[in-house]
This record gives sequence, C-alpha cells and structure tokens, in this order.
Amino acid sequence: MTTPRFLGIHARPGKLLGWALAALPFLLALGLYLWASDIRHRDNPNDKLLPTPAQMVDAAGRMAFEQDRRTGTYPMARDTISSLKRLLTGVALAASAGLLLGLNMGLFPGMGATLSPFVTFLSMIPPLAILPILFISFGVDELAKVMLIFIGLFPLIARDMQLAVRKLPGEQITKALTLGASQLELAYRIVLPQILPRLIETVRLSLGAAWLFLIAAEAIAADDGLGYRIFLVRRYLAMDIILPYVLWITLIGYLMDLALRYSLQWAFPWYGGNDDE
Amino acid sequence: MTASLDNGLIVEDVYKAYGSKVVLDNLDLRVRNGEFCTLVGPSGCGKSTLLRLILGEEQPSAGRIILNGETLGPPNARRGIVFQRYSLFPHLSVIDNVSLGLRLGGRPGSERIPARESRAEAMQYLERMRLAEHAGKYPHQLSGGMQQRVAIAQSLIMKPEILLMDEPFGALDPDTREDMQLFLLELWEQKQMTLFFVTHDLEEAAFLGTRILVLSQYYTDDRGNGDGVNRGAKIVADHQLPRSPFGTGVKFSPEFGDLIAQIREEGFNPAYLQHARDFNLKHPDAFQTLTELELRG
Ligand SMILES: Nc1ncnc2c1ncn2[C@@H]1O[C@H](COP(=O)(O)OP(=O)(O)OP(=O)(O)O)[C@@H](O)[C@H]1O
Ligand SMILES: [Mg+2]
Repeated sequence: MTTPRFLGIHARPGKLLGWALAALPFLLALGLYLWASDIRHRDNPNDKLLPTPAQMVDAAGRMAFEQDRRTGTYPMARDTISSLKRLLTGVALAASAGLLLGLNMGLFPGMGATLSPFVTFLSMIPPLAILPILFISFGVDELAKVMLIFIGLFPLIARDMQLAVRKLPGEQITKALTLGASQLELAYRIVLPQILPRLIETVRLSLGAAWLFLIAAEAIAADDGLGYRIFLVRRYLAMDIILPYVLWITLIGYLMDLALRYSLQWAFPWYGGNDDE
Repeated sequence: MTASLDNGLIVEDVYKAYGSKVVLDNLDLRVRNGEFCTLVGPSGCGKSTLLRLILGEEQPSAGRIILNGETLGPPNARRGIVFQRYSLFPHLSVIDNVSLGLRLGGRPGSERIPARESRAEAMQYLERMRLAEHAGKYPHQLSGGMQQRVAIAQSLIMKPEILLMDEPFGALDPDTREDMQLFLLELWEQKQMTLFFVTHDLEEAAFLGTRILVLSQYYTDDRGNGDGVNRGAKIVADHQLPRSPFGTGVKFSPEFGDLIAQIREEGFNPAYLQHARDFNLKHPDAFQTLTELELRG
C-alpha cells in the first residue's frame, strides 16, 4: 500500500503538494473577493464597498508615498511608527513585569500566596472596560494606550510564567540546592533561563490581543496610528484604504510572530527537546 | 541507646507519616564513611522517602538524622544527589552542568572558584567519566547512560560528604546499566566516598554494595495485627557483603543467588512476617531500638 498524499492520519503531503495546499485557501479567498468586486462594479462603477485591486493599490500608494500637506509627513509611515512604538512598549513592559512576577510567584510560596489570587483577579477584568478609566487618569496621550496593552497582557503572562516555574521538575530545585545555590541564584540562574523560551511563546500568543487593545485605544483617542487611520477614513467609507491597512497590520503581525519564532530557535537551541541533533 | 559512631550517617528513631499513613516506622540506621550502602525494598515501601529525609527535602515526623556530627537541614552542598531523571539542567551544556556547583556556591568551606579554573576542573571530571568530547553538547543530545555519568560528575565535583542516588540506572537498558555499575564501582574505589544507593533491583544492590539494607513493611511486632495498627516500613535485614575482586561473573555464583533468595524472602514476601526482635541485623554497624509497644516485656 502506498502512503496517502492527503487523506487520513497517515498522509504525507510532501513539500510541493504542501505548498500548493497551503496556498489553496488564500487563492480561493482572493478569487471570491475579485469575483464579488467585479459584480458590484459592473452594477455601479462608483462602488466603494469592494474596491478593485487597482483602486486599493492607488489609495495605498497615496497613503504611503505622498506627503501630507499639513504635517509634511508620510501618513502610512507615521501611523506605522506610532503604532509600533505603542505596541512594543506595552508588550515589552508586560513581558518584563509578567516574567518577574510569575517567576517569584511560582518559586516562592509566600509570594505566590500573596499575589497569585490578586493577579488571577486582575486577569479577569476586561481591559476594554477600564479604557475610559485609563483615559481619565493617564490622559489621551501615549501613556493610556501603552497602559491598556500592559494591563491587558501582563496578568496573563505572569500566570503563564508562574505555571512554567511550577512545571519545572522538583528534582532540579533540589539539585541546584545541593550544588550550593542560594535562593537568589536558584531564581535567576536556574529557573529564569529555563522559562525564558516559554516567555517568548507566550508573547507570541499575546500579540493578537496586544493589537486588539492598541487599535481599540487608537480608535477612541489619537492623532495618528494605524487604528486611528482606519477609524478616521471609515467616515468616508474608504474601503480602498481600510483594506490595505488591515493587510499591512496582518503582515506586520505575521512577521513579528516569525521573528519571535526564529529568535526562539536561535537563542535557545536546547529548548523543545531532541529536534536539533 | 544512643548510637556511638562519631562520623558517618546516623538515623535515629525516625518516623515519617503522610496524613494518617505511616511510611517509615521508628527507623534506626548507622552508616560509616566510605561504605557503599544499597537500599532495597518492595515498591512503595518508602525507599525514596528515606532518601528524601536524608537529603533534607522533607523533615521526619519524629526522630533525628545526623551526618558527621551535625543535624541536617534543607538540601545543601554537604549531600549530593543523582535522581533517575531530571538531574541535569537542560539549558546548560555538559561542561556548564558539571562546573555549575563550583560557579554557584563553591564547595562548602572553600572560596568561590573563578570561572576558568572551575571549567578546567570540570573538564578533568569529564575526562575521568570518558565524556570529554561531549563537553559542548546539551544534555538532550546525550544518551541516557551518558546523562547519568554527567549527573554523577556534577555531584562529585562538590565533594559531598555522602552521595545519594535514587534508582540512578533505573531508566537504562541492561547493557548500559551494567557498564554504569562497573563504572560506579571503579569510581567508588578511587574516591573512597560514601554512597547511599536506592534500587529495586536486588541483583544490582547485591552486586554493588558493601552493605545491603532491606526496607519493608512485611513484618510483625507486639503491636499485633488489630484494626488500629498502622505499621510502616522498618529495616528488616542488614547484610554485610564481601568486597572481593569481582567481575560481573559473581552474579552467577551460587552464594550470590542464595543471598538474593534470602533477601527476597526477608523483605518481599507479604506472607513471611518476621517479628521485629528477630530481624537479621548482624551487620556490625546495625542497631535498632524498639518501643515498649513494639516489644513487650
Ligand atoms: N508527598 C506524599 N504524600 C503522601 N504520600 C506519599 C508522599 N510521598 C510518598 N508517599 C507514600 O509513601 C509511600 C512510600 O513512597 P516512596 O516513594 O518512598 O516509595 P519507594 O519505596 O521509593 O517506591 P518505589 O520503589 O516505587 O520508588 C508510598 O505509599 C507513597 O504513596
Ligand atoms: Mg522510589
């Protein structure tokens, strides 16, 4: 019997077919869009809802390469830089705080007993529900947006780090003590390096949420940013700008995820067991 | 009676209970330095528990444990440990694993050793373990036997007063296992260290040890066998073993077979209940103090 190429749990699609299969849903979605757009444009050449690729390229080109007359900047570049600054600051803060807190909560029972219920409680607050509070207390500038991302992410990261610490075999802790490790050395030289890869994975998974919080905050109060732009041009039904922006955000997110994945393999070759003989 | 042996390990009147379940029941034990002591017993009788108490991971419910004149606290560099698994740190290379102890606290009572010297010393240990060419690898790139050799080196470099091992070869295939046994014997002879080795393989225990302890809950005493009696394990036999020049060939000699059959009867047969006063404790270092309930009149 030959190995099936596609059906069943024993299927081995192989490289070429693998690529083709991966491309298939993308091509289908694209085809569907083009078809629908074409139908609408035949009815009404001025249709705004499903712009043609040419219209989108045109609009995106204007956003990317034409200077804004009032500010002298390129809108898309400016939006991207502002958004990324907020996003990365928020994520970096949440990751560092979550790492330190989770490490200590997981390793030291006293810290765990004190903080764990509180952090669990915090993690249940829907961050968007306290967005108004953030705007009121931190103003409508950068800080409130960064804070929203931070508050949205850090309880989750802290809890995940705590779990990662608890999952380390107890033998390791004992072993380190018999090698003369002090409690601080145990925390920062034995445990910390071992949960760093897990931190990267957690951040990867949290990026989607981080974008959500960022766009929400920018939509409500900002004067630049990718989310700000999308909600601004919505008033003119400018789908030819919104769609390229959404694609752009998706692409950035995808590249970030990829970068994190490669940095994980590169920086922690020991992680994930036997896959790199 | 108080044990009179200034050096070595002394376990005296030790009880350990989890909730209402008594695991170790008034245990007495004395091990002199330089002994290769093996501990066997039925599964779940409390071998690992005794080891954890000596290690300091857990405290006895009653009784005391003394090593070379000092009461023992939480785990520290005075005692080394090799587990069946997870002894190595996956994020460190082999050489970093071995030198870790020197780079952390350093040996008890000595100055912290600079990084370069500790690496050089670790390299010497790796050479003795025949692992020098693997120094730069991560643990997951080594076979199980190699990992255990690294784990032994990692503990030995601290020159612990006693090296505890809990089924260290339990996860290895029979050939590797025999290699490791010979290797460990060689090392023990060179270093004259004190070893406390838990295994549930009787052959391994009898082959390796200079002394074999049998821990078991299959015995009786004057507390009787009523409903309220909640008996835990005791050391029911304590054999001194000849340390003759050996090869693995001794495993096939008739004396060896007899000894194993005897131990199996003493410790592993639920139907064979010796009275506590009749335990086979002929080893010169053996001692046992029974309470008045355990031994009336
Ligand atoms: N933390 C604990 N809480 C409750 N019971 C425990 C605990 N640790 C061990 N026990 C019980 O104590 C008994 C002895 O366990 P231990 O692990 O010492 O046995 P063992 O002789 O090492 O067994 P094995 O040969 O399977 O390794 C078992 O019945 C076990 O269920
Ligand atoms: Mg055990």
